Amino acid sequence: MNEASPARAYALHLGVIALLFALSFVLPEYYHGLLARIMVLAVFAMGYNMLFGYVGLLSLGHAMFFGAGLYGAGLAIIQLGWGVPLAFLGGVACGALLALVIGLLALRTTGVAFMIVTMMFAQVFYLLILYFAAWTGGDQGQVVPQPARVLNFGATSLDLTNPTVRYMTALVLFSLVLLVMLAIVRSRYGRVLVAIRENEERTKMLGYDTFSNKLMAVVVSGTICAASGAAYALLFGYVGSSFASVQYSILPLLWVLLGGAATTLGPLIGTVFMYYVIDVTSGYTSAYLLIVGIALILLVLFFPKGILGSIRQRWLGWLP
Amino acid sequence: MTPLLVTKGLSRHFGGLRAVDSVDFTLMPGEIRAVIGPNGAGKTTFVSLVSGRIQPSSGAIVFDGADITSQPAYVRVRQGIAYTFQITSVFANLSAYDNVALPVQRTLSDGRSKGAVKAGVMTALERTGLADRAHMPAGQLSYGHQRLLEVAMGLALKPRLLILDEPTQGLADSEIDNFIALVREIARSATVLLIEHNMPVVMQLADRITVFNAGKILAEGTPEAIRENAAVQEAYLGTAP
Repeated sequence: MNEASPARAYALHLGVIALLFALSFVLPEYYHGLLARIMVLAVFAMGYNMLFGYVGLLSLGHAMFFGAGLYGAGLAIIQLGWGVPLAFLGGVACGALLALVIGLLALRTTGVAFMIVTMMFAQVFYLLILYFAAWTGGDQGQVVPQPARVLNFGATSLDLTNPTVRYMTALVLFSLVLLVMLAIVRSRYGRVLVAIRENEERTKMLGYDTFSNKLMAVVVSGTICAASGAAYALLFGYVGSSFASVQYSILPLLWVLLGGAATTLGPLIGTVFMYYVIDVTSGYTSAYLLIVGIALILLVLFFPKGILGSIRQRWLGWLP
Repeated sequence: MTPLLVTKGLSRHFGGLRAVDSVDFTLMPGEIRAVIGPNGAGKTTFVSLVSGRIQPSSGAIVFDGADITSQPAYVRVRQGIAYTFQITSVFANLSAYDNVALPVQRTLSDGRSKGAVKAGVMTALERTGLADRAHMPAGQLSYGHQRLLEVAMGLALKPRLLILDEPTQGLADSEIDNFIALVREIARSATVLLIEHNMPVVMQLADRITVFNAGKILAEGTPEAIRENAAVQEAYLGTAP
């Protein structure tokens, strides 16, 4: 997995990035906007996949990391009047710090206890947002005003509310995280993470401090999810508590399961697939969630490793 | 010469069961020491205490002059105590190559170069005769080869003390001969602590033998002395005809 076929893997990933770039010029307006949103959320899914897919830790609280990025960046602009780049970094830093603290506490547990502990922390985070409504806007949320979402570089300025700029910004973030994920997976650190997933006890007996390795993975995962949240606030201009609710902890899990856990491109495929199914079915019936549910059941029955995971298992063993 | 490993009053109780009961044990560097005893005598528990997989109820463990009783397992591995599992526990879904790469990459002193990992992995695989199976998933290797892969992983840790827990269990006779040669070769650079049921293997390999019974050391000595020892015959080898 690690040493074989690096050229093929990099070519595939760069090809996907080139395809997304090209799509910007051909997609109709509605799908153009949707895909920009999907790319940002796919970053969220990639962050989740880092922990769930590679380390095998199932968290049910990743909405708090997305929310930390979202509120960190959004409130930095609304309440503190920070500029866009600083607000983005502020959001990412909030997520990283939160992940470090949560990791230190939650990693004392494993399995079901880890799921419950992460979920409880996420609920605390969600309730704190509602409690401090004077600051956060409570369940109404807040809009990040358009003038504040402009990047100034001397004479030129980038308006993040412009569809093309928004799409390209989302693409840059997505590409960066995708390539970082690919590098991590192929690295020695990635090999250790997979070893922990497969057999933590054995990994310890090879001289690895599995706790520190897992903590590092939680921090990287949380940081990536926070970057997604911060980008969401800046690109789409809305900071709301629903993004920190349980639903947004479950969604990345679904996207990753659909696309294929422990595959680098699975999170993107899963996110696209889910939005596509919702988009198509909601055109025909108001009971579209029923059809989404049936699609999910069929997938789990026939593609238990997700779309890309099954493809890797049956045909393309070299996929990272 | 300082002993490589010393245990003083080492005990581990599981409820009322004294699995390891106040064991004083000394191992000199360069030795091949076999640990034998009937099932349930506490052999595996004893080496698990040494490797740090389980914590002692009381007593102390000294490795190369330093007290390691309170150190976690991964620190002991880094200091040179490698443990190969009694029940084969290779990473079944990873290739044989990746299985060995895990210990190799950790012991590398020059952090970066990819070539160094590859060279280290292939050396360990060649010593155990697995080089041509490097890219097979470990779970698809035959049982004998999985046992050898365990040993390759232990070797790749560059241990000072290699603990082999029933390494020949389930091996064919032809594989056992190769295995004896392999352990002799390993012993040139490491001290070997061998738990083994196969008496011919023990008699061929061991410099000294320690006999466990009911959590205590029953006897200790050269293979000849142990063969002659009446108490051992009664407890383990069966009474003489």
